[in-house]
Amino acid sequence: MWASSTANALRVSCPTRIPLSLPFSLSRCFSTVLEELKYASSHEWVKLEGSVATIGITDHAQDHLGEVVFAEVPEAGGSVTQGSSFGAVESVKATSDVNSPISGDIVEVNTKLTESPGLINSSPYEDGWMIKVKPSNPSELGSLMGPKEYTKHCEEEDASH
Amino acid sequence: MSIPQARKAGLPLMNLVRFKGVPILKQLHLEEQLLRTSSNNWCIINDGTNIPTIVMGLSGKPSDLLELGSVLQDQVPVIKRFTGGGTVVVDPGTIFVSLICNREDVPDVQPYPHSIMHWSGQLYNEALKGIHGFQLRENDYVFGNRKFGGNAQSITRKRWIHHTSFLWDFETKNMAYLKQPARAPEYRLARSHTDFVCRMKDYMPRSVFIHRTVKAIESHFLVKPVDLDVDTAVHDAEFVHSTRLLMNNELEEAFSIST
Repeated sequence: MWASSTANALRVSCPTRIPLSLPFSLSRCFSTVLEELKYASSHEWVKLEGSVATIGITDHAQDHLGEVVFAEVPEAGGSVTQGSSFGAVESVKATSDVNSPISGDIVEVNTKLTESPGLINSSPYEDGWMIKVKPSNPSELGSLMGPKEYTKHCEEEDASH
Repeated sequence: MSIPQARKAGLPLMNLVRFKGVPILKQLHLEEQLLRTSSNNWCIINDGTNIPTIVMGLSGKPSDLLELGSVLQDQVPVIKRFTGGGTVVVDPGTIFVSLICNREDVPDVQPYPHSIMHWSGQLYNEALKGIHGFQLRENDYVFGNRKFGGNAQSITRKRWIHHTSFLWDFETKNMAYLKQPARAPEYRLARSHTDFVCRMKDYMPRSVFIHRTVKAIESHFLVKPVDLDVDTAVHDAEFVHSTRLLMNNELEEAFSIST
């Protein structure tokens, strides 16, 4: 536990990979958490801009998963349900489900992830986005965590292991 | 109640299913179905599969990983499985051990690959106690610098599977169906398959390994043997599997692109 805390303390999170125009806060777990996003307990984020919500996995998740070598995303035109899997990422011999934080219709998917799945590691909140959704029930956003709550969630998860 | 009995009483339940010679496609279909639709913990042990079969991970590309000319000529079945990881050739000499767990029943393990493999490495360390040189090395099970077991995972919101194909024995000629992968652990040092892997039969009797593995699992779970007919179990469900057998025309197309 001490060794991993020290390793975490020595590890520098790289704010340069997050554009300085985006407000961010550094959590004590040294994963980046952005202020204006909402978060699911399964470590996906959602950003609502007008009528479209962008979804991806968090910096905490990509860090714990390791190098992402493959990303499976659905096709546009389908739909997602809050809490259900819509795709998967592969890292270190494991496929991990990615779950949607909200319900809605998929309007766009990030086709760059086919050739460059590592974008999920290098830019989890920007170029590594996975799907864009038109929310069918905007009130679901209210059930998600804000940045402080999510930061605490990450710390508690890591501390209990 | 004795202390060991009292301790066992607090352990989560795990159903133990033992097969022999079940086709690997059926085994994988069952595993994927149990992972996605069951709420129980499961250990599946298949003591050898029926015929030599190539099994690729979710993202595997046949043209990158297989010597397709030989595979097509010899009509070797090729499966793409639902878990990640690399490509293996399995046959009657392969022992399969699969662990499907609820996250809440293994609370010390985070639902991420390294955490799961650390736990499984400790479990097999227990099973293989006394065998010199066993370790989990760059995510492979090895004796020294030779790999004897390939493992892979799939992680869902509340459950995960860690399954392993142990090379009890293998035919050297079957390894020739596999290309050297572009992505390989550092300790492999560009060795060919036959120089990279080893046979477990040189280290431990087959039945002893299976017995000791079950014993190791019993230190974490209350193991309950269950009779399960794999054909009935898979046929009855409406579950749609992602694990599938690649069609001949897919392999031929991949071969024609690669040549």
